[in-house]
Amino acid sequence: MALHFPLFALETPSRGRVPRESVGVPWAIADGREVLACDAHAHALGVRPGIGLTAAWALAPRLDVRQRDEAAERAALEGVAAWACRFTPYVSLEPPQGVLMEIEGSLRLYHGLGALTGLIRGGLEEMGYSATLAVAPTARGAWWLALAGCEQSINDPAMLEATLAALPVSAVCLDQDARGFLRSVGVATVGELLALPREGVGRRLGRALLESLERASGKMPDPRAMFVPPTRFSAKLELHGEVEHAEGVLFAARRLLVQLEGVLAARQAGVRRFRLILLHRAAPAHVVEVGLASPGRAIDRFMQLLREKLSTVALSGPVEAIRIEAAAFEPLHGRTAGLFRDVHGEGEDWVRLIERLQARLGSEAVHGLGVLAEHRPERAWRALDAGERPPRGEVRAGARPLWLIEPPRRLKEADGVPHDDGRLELLAGPERIESGWWDCGEVARDYFIARAPSNALLWIFRERGGGWYLHGLFA
Amino acid sequence: MKTSLVDILAQHSVWRGGVLARPAAPAVPTGFAALDRELPGGGWPGGTLTEILGLREGVGELQLVLPALAALSTAGRRIVWLAPPHLPYAPALAAEGIDLGQLSVVRAPGRRDALWAAEQVLRAGSCDALLAWFRDLRYAELRRLAVAAEASRAFCALFRSPQAAHEPSPACLRIALESLDGRLAAHILKRRGALAAAPVLIPIKRPVHAVGGPAFPAVRTRNPVARPCPA
Repeated sequence: MALHFPLFALETPSRGRVPRESVGVPWAIADGREVLACDAHAHALGVRPGIGLTAAWALAPRLDVRQRDEAAERAALEGVAAWACRFTPYVSLEPPQGVLMEIEGSLRLYHGLGALTGLIRGGLEEMGYSATLAVAPTARGAWWLALAGCEQSINDPAMLEATLAALPVSAVCLDQDARGFLRSVGVATVGELLALPREGVGRRLGRALLESLERASGKMPDPRAMFVPPTRFSAKLELHGEVEHAEGVLFAARRLLVQLEGVLAARQAGVRRFRLILLHRAAPAHVVEVGLASPGRAIDRFMQLLREKLSTVALSGPVEAIRIEAAAFEPLHGRTAGLFRDVHGEGEDWVRLIERLQARLGSEAVHGLGVLAEHRPERAWRALDAGERPPRGEVRAGARPLWLIEPPRRLKEADGVPHDDGRLELLAGPERIESGWWDCGEVARDYFIARAPSNALLWIFRERGGGWYLHGLFA
Repeated sequence: MKTSLVDILAQHSVWRGGVLARPAAPAVPTGFAALDRELPGGGWPGGTLTEILGLREGVGELQLVLPALAALSTAGRRIVWLAPPHLPYAPALAAEGIDLGQLSVVRAPGRRDALWAAEQVLRAGSCDALLAWFRDLRYAELRRLAVAAEASRAFCALFRSPQAAHEPSPACLRIALESLDGRLAAHILKRRGALAAAPVLIPIKRPVHAVGGPAFPAVRTRNPVARPCPA
């Protein structure tokens, strides 16, 4: 399968923007002094690829022109290739605007060509690219079909030859001189080119063209360097300072997270955290760390957490660009679907819930409770991280209240009797707790159960040397 | 289409005035037989809001729900305590038979955060009991929580102040608590069914039963012995 991105130069810098926002000003990408690609708005004004910049400005005075950034395009193409590795291990680059994939082996897994094509097309759209997809038995054949804009899927070599024969020669040889020569001798299609004497074509147009024709029809092997997905993820998206609110950042981040999901799927991995870096023109970069409770790679999960995180962040100004980084991939294998009620699913739901709560309220805000073998009441428990199993603490102590007041509240006294909205009546005690001289947390207390006038039962203590404190409520 | 009265009564949303409704979601037995008899479904209802209006902290308001929580947690169900006013004390909870591994505490400093968290917990559907403490709630917020609760099967208890008894509420069950010499009196203010006449007396566990404990010990003025600290 070949993917050709005819608008790659245009989409690479603009895909981070919400579509309706880019309607305002017509804009184009220039390569030197020549327009390379332009958006629909500029096209409506008469700007066409290939015309000079001066001419373009004459047609559209408000035209916003950006120079092509080949390094960024290359990085973006590698990003697409890395994403494509989730569908097949055999992916190769066709710079500057194409990616080739061997999909024969993946058809069964994805329930046929139609479904797979749908998935790929949907994914590309989510990443903000428009592509021409063509399928053929040979890589070069598919590439030429895609290049010519023929969205076809061919699986028969004879059929491929016939289809290729109908293509114009311009789709096959990119050399200006060769094209001019072929036009002058009246050869318009590949079929007519193939009908010419082989030797003559080889002598006049070079052996390379002949070889590529043979590779396209499968008569000659076409070895390719396979693309290997990276083991860490870092992708940047230009926003050109146009985004000032979290929604816009989310839209752009989704483009990159789709890519991250693909890379992780290709690596059969998940991540526990990723970071979103907001780059501003004037202000220093802002880093948003997003943590997951368990390794994951699902885009919906990433987006939900990021949305919660961003809702607590105030943007310090227009965002120039965003970057998403993720390292430390952890193995995450697919799960076999269960026949009966999905037990895994429930646990997963719970983990997602904890994650969401932590993303908004902070990771400290959600915790479990554990018992420790310790006499001092305030140290006989511990906050556990979400998902941590409680330690097995042996508790053998007197009555303990359900609510602990931390830190203990000093009670008023009158005639040596503690008061809390009235005189307290001691019901049970004392229970002496004297411990902790070895770790500077020494306590020497006598605990009592007391009844307040309102019938509430309180857990109070008197420190050695005086002073009554409320430490708990028997709720 | 002919619908008989029996068919209509078979629906969960319609019940006769004199009898208790049969709730759609299964109820969790409260652990107090006297209370179970008075509650529709024979226990704490799932999938709706339950309001517990405590007169004062420390009268045993938590004891009311503990048997149900212990049963849920040992059955492997998850319990969330949202925005508790004090620290839930782990040793005491463990002593009540609650499996602490099933219990999570969520702290939410602001009211909006707490409401959001409650809704998330209910909508996630992976939690079977939610205990939440709110200082004041508007009707619209309660209504929103009630809708979220309907989407889940969880037992959702809101602990509120007694003043809330005079405000309208979409909760299906409202119980006001009062302490009556060592026992807890539960006034069922609202339930799906006939009005409850008398309060239910609930024999909750208290740490002491004897009235009139030890006299106050004399306050010693001697200072504690100063020990050298090794650290």
